[in-house]
Amino acid sequence: MESKNAENTGKKAGILRINRRTGTIITFIIIAAVLVSIYLAGIFINEEMIRADFSQKGLKPSWEHPFGTDMLGRDMLLRTIKGMSTSIIVGTVASSVSAVIALFVGVVAATGSAGLDHFINWLIDLVMGIPHTVLLILIAFACGKGLKGVLIGVAVTHWTGLARLIRSEVLQIRSQQYIEVSRKLGYDSRWITVNHILPHMIPQFLIGLILMFPHAIMHESSLTFLGFGLSPEQPAVGIILSESMKYLSTGMWWLAFFPGLTLAVIVLLFDRLGENLKKLVDPYSAHE
Amino acid sequence: MEQRAKIAEYWGLDKPATERFFIWLRSILHGDFGTSLIYRRPVLDIIKEKFVTSLALMITAWLFSGILGFGIGCIMGTFNGKWPDRILKKICLTMCAIPTFWIGIVFLMFFSVKLGWFPMGMSVPKGVPSEQVTIWQRIHHLILPALTLSFLSFANVALHTREKLVDVMESEYVLFAKASGESRFSIWKRHGLRNVLLPAVTMQFGSFSELFGGSVLAENVFSYPGLGSAASAAGMGSDFPLLLGITLFSAVFVFTGNLLANIIYGIADPQIREGYEHGE
Repeated sequence: MESKNAENTGKKAGILRINRRTGTIITFIIIAAVLVSIYLAGIFINEEMIRADFSQKGLKPSWEHPFGTDMLGRDMLLRTIKGMSTSIIVGTVASSVSAVIALFVGVVAATGSAGLDHFINWLIDLVMGIPHTVLLILIAFACGKGLKGVLIGVAVTHWTGLARLIRSEVLQIRSQQYIEVSRKLGYDSRWITVNHILPHMIPQFLIGLILMFPHAIMHESSLTFLGFGLSPEQPAVGIILSESMKYLSTGMWWLAFFPGLTLAVIVLLFDRLGENLKKLVDPYSAHE
Repeated sequence: MEQRAKIAEYWGLDKPATERFFIWLRSILHGDFGTSLIYRRPVLDIIKEKFVTSLALMITAWLFSGILGFGIGCIMGTFNGKWPDRILKKICLTMCAIPTFWIGIVFLMFFSVKLGWFPMGMSVPKGVPSEQVTIWQRIHHLILPALTLSFLSFANVALHTREKLVDVMESEYVLFAKASGESRFSIWKRHGLRNVLLPAVTMQFGSFSELFGGSVLAENVFSYPGLGSAASAAGMGSDFPLLLGITLFSAVFVFTGNLLANIIYGIADPQIREGYEHGE
């Protein structure tokens, strides 16, 4: 009887033999594949495919044009994908730079002198104390509007949270016994930082990096929407949305609805990606 | 050419950037924020005037998101793990990912264009002198922007409240209360509410930064003439004094929020108050 039971449960599990960890890995891969394919699709869409065609202008969503067409007759689906592709590049570059800044600042604050630590804490408070959007406008404006301004703006405003996290982690590790032993063995502070502390920071760094993506993408598009980011001839979701504002009162809802929805979905996917990675590399968060 | 030089001299642009910065800093310390280039009026006057308009929007959105977020958080926390919790949690996580300005556009499309319930933007009706604008008209123009702005932060408050309430619900005194037959509602009222109200209030005061940042976007979508749209107009019009003035002002605004959070925490939580008295 018992063996039969065991067989039964074994059979049940056999149909879907996926434990939680495998499931997480599969989800992770699927999401990553979706994001990469959107990025690649954006590269393969060339200007020819989204050229103006006035015989097709202002069409409602249909099977031929799932997101409809705009007032210049361009297909909104292709424009959105192209725009998302730009957003993903901007997000990747800006959040990578930001995460590296965070890692560097966090480690320096925790291993450097007390004065430096105070200064860095003060700096973090300063950056956090000014609303992101306002600071982004200021930086994008000071760097000259355009891609450069957005990249610098997003890169220098997003590191604060991660830097604080890394600082506290480093402080915690530094009080461990093996660090003390290492020091007694005569290794200098730099050797200890590179060989003992930095390897421990890799999970936090990766998770922080991916969880920074959604914010970077969202801030890029809102900055572009306000007119400080990418220029109007570049494909970007912010541009598409700010263009759609002109046609709002005509009731052309699809101009804004689908591109914005795509943006939200991409942001959500990145968020999921980060959460799944967190479960994989940080065992403590897996059982929440 | 001579004209150019004269204009540069008038605005002080013939001096090097560092020197200009120190001149600006010295004036700030004297309470002079300079003159706005696009409005041709002192920056401080503009900030004051615009802030009053923005404040109405921000307070409404702030109260709304606080109450809504707290309410939803309480429901999620009390039904921890059951279907209301799961559905609301999904909704909240989704809300976190949606850009503010897109929500604004969708609201405009649906409520203003499709249903025609609300005006298309601005803070007062068109072509009406400012003395004749009634309070109802102002509120009518305020609802959609405020709703948009509050959608920015209510999910955060809700998720935070849920987390705290779940902690309380899993404690032993709640288990005891359950065992002695108290209903879910009375447990929430007697044990939950007091414990989670304080973190929620503190968090809400700490959200001034997002509120201000969100108001820039919301005001732009609804062409609401507040500080946020002034900030982006200043950026677009290369009006540096105004932009810097608004940035400084926003920092003060956020600081005030955090300070209030600290003070309220001290007043409301006896543990912290005692901690201060003992000089810990």
